[in-house]
Amino acid sequence: MSEKKTNRRDFLFTATYAVGAVGIGAAVWPMIDQMNPDASVKALASTEVDVSSLNPGKTITVLWRGKPVFIRRRTQEEIAEAKSVKMEELKDPEKDEDRAKNPEWLVMLGVCTHLGCVPLNDKGDYNGWFCPCHGSHYDTSGRIRKGPAPTNMEVPKYEFLNSNTIKIG
Amino acid sequence: MSDHEYTPKSKFGKWFNDRLPLLSLASHLTDYPTPKNLNYWWTFGGILTFCLITQIVTGLTLAMHYIAHADMAFESVEHIMRDVNYGWLIRYIHSNGASMFFLAVYIHIFRSLFYGSYKSPREIIWIIGIIIYLLMMAAAFMGYVLPWGQMSFWGATVITNLFSAIPLVGEGIVTWLWGGYSVDNPTLTRFFTLHYLIPFLILGLVVLHIWALHVPGNNNPVGIDIKKPSKDTVPFHPYIVIKDGFALLMFMIVFAFFIFYTPNILGHADNYIEADPLVTPAHIVPEWYLLPFYAILRSVPDKLLGVVAMLSAILILAALPWLDTSKIRSAVFRPLYKQFYWILVADVLILGYVGAMPAEGLYLLIARIATAYYFLHFLVVLPVLGLKEKTLPVPLSITESVLGGSTNLAVAKNKESLNN
Repeated sequence: MSEKKTNRRDFLFTATYAVGAVGIGAAVWPMIDQMNPDASVKALASTEVDVSSLNPGKTITVLWRGKPVFIRRRTQEEIAEAKSVKMEELKDPEKDEDRAKNPEWLVMLGVCTHLGCVPLNDKGDYNGWFCPCHGSHYDTSGRIRKGPAPTNMEVPKYEFLNSNTIKIG
Repeated sequence: MSDHEYTPKSKFGKWFNDRLPLLSLASHLTDYPTPKNLNYWWTFGGILTFCLITQIVTGLTLAMHYIAHADMAFESVEHIMRDVNYGWLIRYIHSNGASMFFLAVYIHIFRSLFYGSYKSPREIIWIIGIIIYLLMMAAAFMGYVLPWGQMSFWGATVITNLFSAIPLVGEGIVTWLWGGYSVDNPTLTRFFTLHYLIPFLILGLVVLHIWALHVPGNNNPVGIDIKKPSKDTVPFHPYIVIKDGFALLMFMIVFAFFIFYTPNILGHADNYIEADPLVTPAHIVPEWYLLPFYAILRSVPDKLLGVVAMLSAILILAALPWLDTSKIRSAVFRPLYKQFYWILVADVLILGYVGAMPAEGLYLLIARIATAYYFLHFLVVLPVLGLKEKTLPVPLSITESVLGGSTNLAVAKNKESLNN
């Protein structure tokens, strides 16, 4: 290799490596992608829930995509408490109006944003939820107030089909 | 590989050995010169090999009866416990075997730390060992998920959620790991596959671990380089084989005690409740062998940094040969290091204890101090100590130290003058 000139052979090597890399990538991708959610899992994307029997101050937990969803019919005190919180006090600032379009109904994933445990109802320092795993406290709007969780409990896409039925997803 | 040429005695042996030198390998393993002062802390390599084989054999037999499906896994484990002939025994050996495996590996690692076995020229042996340890943790975690009890399910949820701490791609990675939007059947089947695979990867790495060991030979309690073979060595067979065998018998007594007298003491009662995605058990605690790292995870109030701290606590071990700047291997000749070593042992035990306790109040404070000290030990104490510490004189050979003789010429002369 005394000459540094690029010759025909160098071109062939580079072209071979490039085609080889694309080929290996194309062969490996199906092996990786097969682990992603399959069609049958994706098909279970929405759930309809009848909430007519739910009294104020009560929560029901339903399963959506394998995860618990909390549906809480909040009392007037809880709504007032959630609305009175100043944004500066929040780790993940979000207005209660944005989380519960109809303030009486709070619908959110019952999954702690720390490491995925299910928080307990009516517990914790902020009258909302408390996660027993690593001690995160959520308020009456499901917003993180204290503990290791980084964000508020997630509000999924949902809509009222009629006054008694909520469709999640 | 061998220090001497080996020729089989029989004609067939010679014919075979010329084509596949298995007999040469057997001869190398038999005659392998071993330091004659190895103590019982050196028997855990053999014990660990026994543990690995036990887990593979019992695991294979369990797999003949277990069903990897979210609807049937829990029942199939109870079927193993109640219906399968000796199923209870095989499962208890396998579940307690994991704990025994970790007990032995921790002794093995701390022996290395005390006698400086990770130092040059044994860095590669050490790093392979750390990889084996990581794979062991992965295998143990996935194995714990398979019975599909409450602890299985929520342990899997918490551990896989660690990946969600990664910025931007975290959520995508977690969904990919689960094969869905939560831990469910796809997660179970892939964990079963990987749990089956990993022990064989470990087996391959154990071969490399021993191969790399046989290049420089064993370290020893005095920590000096020795000539091989010489007056300082004995052949592996029968000397070490007998000693390892005796230690293994003692170990098996402890093992049997757990299996036959308290088979569930190391587990959690919650795992005899079938997995329920709507209810998290009040106290999620990992198995005892992961508790120190769990304590480190929880001692950091930030999600991402907590995960980073926990992973660093394990990976920092791989850098140990370069963090420890001392040229002297054995703690026997390092009076200060010896003290810091025992402080580290206490620190890890404390971390393990607070890892099992709720993360609040005094426990959290202790966990934070112990976590800080853990990193301090590796990042500050070890590098500085190697440069500052006044070490004791090291003997020139094992024979010299065993016979209680002088440690070096200067000391020898001193002693003579004292005696006169």
